[in-house]
Amino acid sequence: MDQQQNRPAAQRRVISLLVDNQNGVLARVSSLFCRRGFNIDSLTVSATNDPTISRITVTFGGDEQALNQLLLQTERLECTRQVFELDQNNSLMRELLLLKISCDSSNRTELREIASIYKAKIIDLSPDSMVLELTGKPEKIDAFLTMFDGYEILELCRTGVTALERGGKHPHMQKPPQEIRAVQLPFQQKCVK
Amino acid sequence: MKLTGSQIFVEVLVEQGVDTIFGYPGGAVLNLYDELYRNSDRVRHILTAHEQGASHAADGYARATGRTGVVLATSGPGATNLVTGIATAYMDSVPMVAFTGNVPTTQLGRDSFQEAYIEGITMPITKHNFTVRHVEDLADTMRAAFRIAQSGRKGPVLVDIPKDVTAAVCEFENKAPELIRTVTAYDEEQVRQAAKLINEAQRPVVYFGGGVRSAAGCQPLRDLVYKADMPATYTLMGTGVLDYGDPHNLGLIGMHGCYTANKAVSEADLVVAVGTRFSDRVALNPDKFAAKAKIIQIDIDPSELGKNVAVDLSLVGDAAYILQAILPHLEQRYHMRWMEQIEQWQRNDYKPKDSDTELKPHQIIREICEQAGPEAVYVTDVGQHQMWAAQYLHHTKSRGFITSGGLGTMGFGYGAAIGAQVALGNDQRVVMLTGDGSFHMNLNEGCTAVSYDLPIITVIFNNQVLGMVRQWQTSFYGKRYSNTDPHRKTDFVKLAEAFGAKGYRAETPEQFKAVFAEAMKNPGPSWIDCRIGKDERVLPMIPGGGDINDIIMK
Repeated sequence: MDQQQNRPAAQRRVISLLVDNQNGVLARVSSLFCRRGFNIDSLTVSATNDPTISRITVTFGGDEQALNQLLLQTERLECTRQVFELDQNNSLMRELLLLKISCDSSNRTELREIASIYKAKIIDLSPDSMVLELTGKPEKIDAFLTMFDGYEILELCRTGVTALERGGKHPHMQKPPQEIRAVQLPFQQKCVK
Repeated sequence: MKLTGSQIFVEVLVEQGVDTIFGYPGGAVLNLYDELYRNSDRVRHILTAHEQGASHAADGYARATGRTGVVLATSGPGATNLVTGIATAYMDSVPMVAFTGNVPTTQLGRDSFQEAYIEGITMPITKHNFTVRHVEDLADTMRAAFRIAQSGRKGPVLVDIPKDVTAAVCEFENKAPELIRTVTAYDEEQVRQAAKLINEAQRPVVYFGGGVRSAAGCQPLRDLVYKADMPATYTLMGTGVLDYGDPHNLGLIGMHGCYTANKAVSEADLVVAVGTRFSDRVALNPDKFAAKAKIIQIDIDPSELGKNVAVDLSLVGDAAYILQAILPHLEQRYHMRWMEQIEQWQRNDYKPKDSDTELKPHQIIREICEQAGPEAVYVTDVGQHQMWAAQYLHHTKSRGFITSGGLGTMGFGYGAAIGAQVALGNDQRVVMLTGDGSFHMNLNEGCTAVSYDLPIITVIFNNQVLGMVRQWQTSFYGKRYSNTDPHRKTDFVKLAEAFGAKGYRAETPEQFKAVFAEAMKNPGPSWIDCRIGKDERVLPMIPGGGDINDIIMK
């Protein structure tokens, strides 16, 4: 993760990974990413409507070749049920931010103003600090954070991206893995050299 | 039927067709060993000197037969001693199930005596692993382990069983072993495209690896070679599929492959890669590998497609099925000019010089082949002797060459030879080729070969140095021989005798011929100490990252 700055900017991609809801699954997935050197920006794990399945949402920077390797290597894990990339133009991506900022009566008003423009909630207030909550696309949260350059941030916490594609049940969740692979691997059919 | 965990353990082994396991007892597996004692007529247990030897033996058993090798070790150090063996099997896609004991579930996570988190340790070197926390899960977990080990791209699976689970009781019912599914994702269109590329090629080459043997695809591969008049080269894991002396057999490819094979791939207009993964020992420079060729890749593991080298057409599935699907679409071809060109390269290829007085590695191997025959099983350790074996052994038995390819595990050989000999019975000739460096690592298993009267012939290529590393130091490190000349005084003849085996020494080709013939008659294990020069090198050689233009021939 920390090597991100040294690499050429690669496209940010969002991958949805449905795995067995068992202990050790997160360790298996993260160990694989670490071992293969996949460049992960964020990773969130959450429950789904099926108690036997967890959803891991991964944002990842890399080219087509790296993406294919990530999908195929992840698919090799016994705990993986489905893994697919989300279509960015057609996806809903959300992240939650909690931001604790140092403030007193002198600057409370201007902070309230920033919060109200971004529709962030003030969820805690003490004589010398304030906690803001904001939900939105990662870009919105990035933009929101630039507003606090002149303030003292005491603590900050972002959940990482969680995402779904628009419309009905995702087509990849209705097919066996082999068919998805054919969709994901266009290079099977055409010359890449 | 109510059974204890230990009884279930034995019942599922029998149900899965396991007749032999390798292992070493200890505190956490006492219940399992007690049950094995009662069932020694149903499951044979081979006790090794060290758990690592047991893991290599299970691996050798699997490589020699294609069946799943099984190893059992206790918790903590017993389990960690398996790690190298499991990683070796993982890198070469060998089906293996490793069982480890562990401390009782109530003691897990408390740094108890002989506790190790083996599930975490082996996560990256197994296809999958399990900790069984409830006796009710034991039978199905074991069944899943055997299924996973043999399905798709084969590999090792570990099942960790805490001690209280082996004592607990639950209901048990026998089940028939699950059918192994093969994942195939190719379609008719891809098969036709592949056939079209092969039919149109002027300078085609097949490049194949261990996947051909795993898939039992030797015959369809030979059919492809002859029908398309297509010469073939192979990786270390793919040796022994094609007949020697056949003009289509280009020999080994890669770092220590022959000139002809590497040249042919660099000049080819089509490379058909079957069950192989373009490793850095073959595609030394992935950008220049088969630069003039279109590449068709056939592999059972979709994650191998285009992993190291970009390919033009890829087919996912069992190599034997896919080749059989392609064959009917092929037209009989004769590539006269291409084959002539190859013959010309072969005439000028590297050839080692014979000697009457000194023992030369290739002459030792030639003599072994003449006496033990092409149907013997040859096992190697890792290093120079391994490369010489791959270059000069003329064996044709499928599963007749057992070597640690991917991980390159020194000390692999003796355990693997024990596994192979146990699997195939004492009527099968098993010859182990090793170096003095590799052999020193795990020669403790000599006691195992003696205990079980295994007539393994061990040929030690003794150059008194760590030859392969020394060769690199000669070529690339200005002859600064850092820690490769250990001045060991080991007398392998006496050591063999100390173990209860027969020991021989040979310093000339004539002596070797005589003592190998002696060893062939010996009903128990024999070690032959062959003194070779410390400056013997493995040639040809292409340095890492290089291509055919960088080849070292003298």
